[in-house]
Amino acid sequence: MGGKEVTVRRRRRRFKRISPYVIIINIVAWGIAFVWLLPFIGLFMTSIRPYSEVIIKGWWNLIGAHISFHNYASALFQHGIARGYLNSFIIAIPASIIPVFLAAMCAYALARFSFPLRSALFLLMIVLMAVPQQTMVIPLFFLLKDLHLLNRLYGLILVHSAWGIAWITFFMRNFFNMLPKEIEEVALVDGASYWTIFRKIVLPVSLPAIASALAIQFTWVWSDFFFALMFLYSPSKWVVTQRVVTLRGAYYVDWGLLSAGSILAMLPPLILYAALQKYYLRGMVGWATGKG
Amino acid sequence: MPPVRKRRRVKWGTILFFLIPPLVPLSIFVIYPIIGTFYLSFVNDHNQFTLNNYISVIQQTSPDLALVLLNNMPRPPPWGALIHNMVWLAIHLPLVTFLGLALAYMLKVVYGRSIIKSIMFIGMVVPMVVGGLIIRFMFEKYVGVVPVVLGAIGLKSLARSWTIYPDTALFALILGSVWLWTGFSLTIHAAAIDSLPNSYLEAAKIDGASEWQIFRKIVIPLVKPATLTVVVMTMLWDLKIFGIVYAATMGGPGGASTVLALVMYWYFARMLAYHKAAAVAVILTAITMIPISIFIRWVMRRGR
Repeated sequence: MGGKEVTVRRRRRRFKRISPYVIIINIVAWGIAFVWLLPFIGLFMTSIRPYSEVIIKGWWNLIGAHISFHNYASALFQHGIARGYLNSFIIAIPASIIPVFLAAMCAYALARFSFPLRSALFLLMIVLMAVPQQTMVIPLFFLLKDLHLLNRLYGLILVHSAWGIAWITFFMRNFFNMLPKEIEEVALVDGASYWTIFRKIVLPVSLPAIASALAIQFTWVWSDFFFALMFLYSPSKWVVTQRVVTLRGAYYVDWGLLSAGSILAMLPPLILYAALQKYYLRGMVGWATGKG
Repeated sequence: MPPVRKRRRVKWGTILFFLIPPLVPLSIFVIYPIIGTFYLSFVNDHNQFTLNNYISVIQQTSPDLALVLLNNMPRPPPWGALIHNMVWLAIHLPLVTFLGLALAYMLKVVYGRSIIKSIMFIGMVVPMVVGGLIIRFMFEKYVGVVPVVLGAIGLKSLARSWTIYPDTALFALILGSVWLWTGFSLTIHAAAIDSLPNSYLEAAKIDGASEWQIFRKIVIPLVKPATLTVVVMTMLWDLKIFGIVYAATMGGPGGASTVLALVMYWYFARMLAYHKAAAVAVILTAITMIPISIFIRWVMRRGR
């Protein structure tokens, strides 16, 4: 009780000391946040109203607004977003799990074992993180064709899984380097194999890092457009990002339909982000700065 | 920073057991295609060595495929994809870096800062093509915020659909990409600023330093590693930009907003010119090696 009173008093004192400088900073920061949110608000308002109404009155004008979810139904079922959803999930779920597991093995070897070319392998992973997708798609196109994996969802799962290994290895290695090694040493003395240690000790304590890697890899695979554009050409195989781009006509743009499609396409990663925000932010910082 | 740890010498069998499962798919689906692209870019249809692919893509003057169109320079775009990428970098990189850093420092005294951080980060979670569509929406006449606001304050010439005019299309995309990517800069900088020892800032305050002096003389130097990361990752992002452009303008109108990645795709998909497409991809890769080599030197110097 006493402790609580002290904090309240302290808070009050701080409250009194608010300077005009702090007030201005608060206004500016919230102003920026509002500007950043505005496009999403506009997109949402446009998606729930008939486009004819939006273009005459503007989405910000709420007088006499007719709210309907017609645009969503039309995007989902008449324009194939539902099918795109299904394909995107079929690709993105395995293409997140497989590379995280494989890259964790690679990262464990890099973090714990000593072998020739170990630094070279680590360098290679960093370089691969920088290489544009454009640099591999042409030979890959012909390789997938020869393997009868072109225009197949399996093919895209393989490509994304392999593509994800580099950055996740970099990320997980940094995390493993920060882990205390003592428990592993004890297990080793007790006669456990490295594989057992990896599975029973290292992976369980790495769950936060694994969650971060899964969340970010899922978002990137879901958001990918270029690989899908290159390797999936039948409309029935299209993923959601391909679908939403085709909602845009060449000359006339129906923003009602397009805004509903856009919102649908970004919804799964957005929900995942809302649910796993902590892991996203940590993962992003860890990936970029190497501080796991 | 972790202490340098001894790594164990273990049997080759164990090492290979851990390395082969990840390295086999990586070699087949990533490393082999990268080498293949380099090879393709240096040969002709009969597999003979040639530099003609590079010469022809560099000399290309058709606006939607050109890399450099310098003779068009004083006039509005198209200036060629390579120049567009450089303009993108020149505008986007300083804006994003500074805005993220300044906002991260400001947020220290802001109420509800975690909400602001979450809002700014949404751009990172949105698929690039959706980001491109939203950018087009923001700059569209009658429905977009930017033309409506500019029209209301009297700038009638800018109250139009930015993405369909050559003199504004590229800049609409660049400004829109600031909106998408600032969350990254903010997140990385905010993490660095949060981990600064408070005593530094308080000591400076007691010594009578102004907020601006503290920001410039203490905060900026201390968060330099974070800033370097943001600069490298933003450069890579700017160079590899594709989905935004494809979704918003397809590089148009008349090639006024093409970028290197898009030109590579046109050579491949529209012209079926695999060797030229490979040459553009190699040029793009060569440029991305500049920021990543800075990054590698920095990672290595910090210790392993």
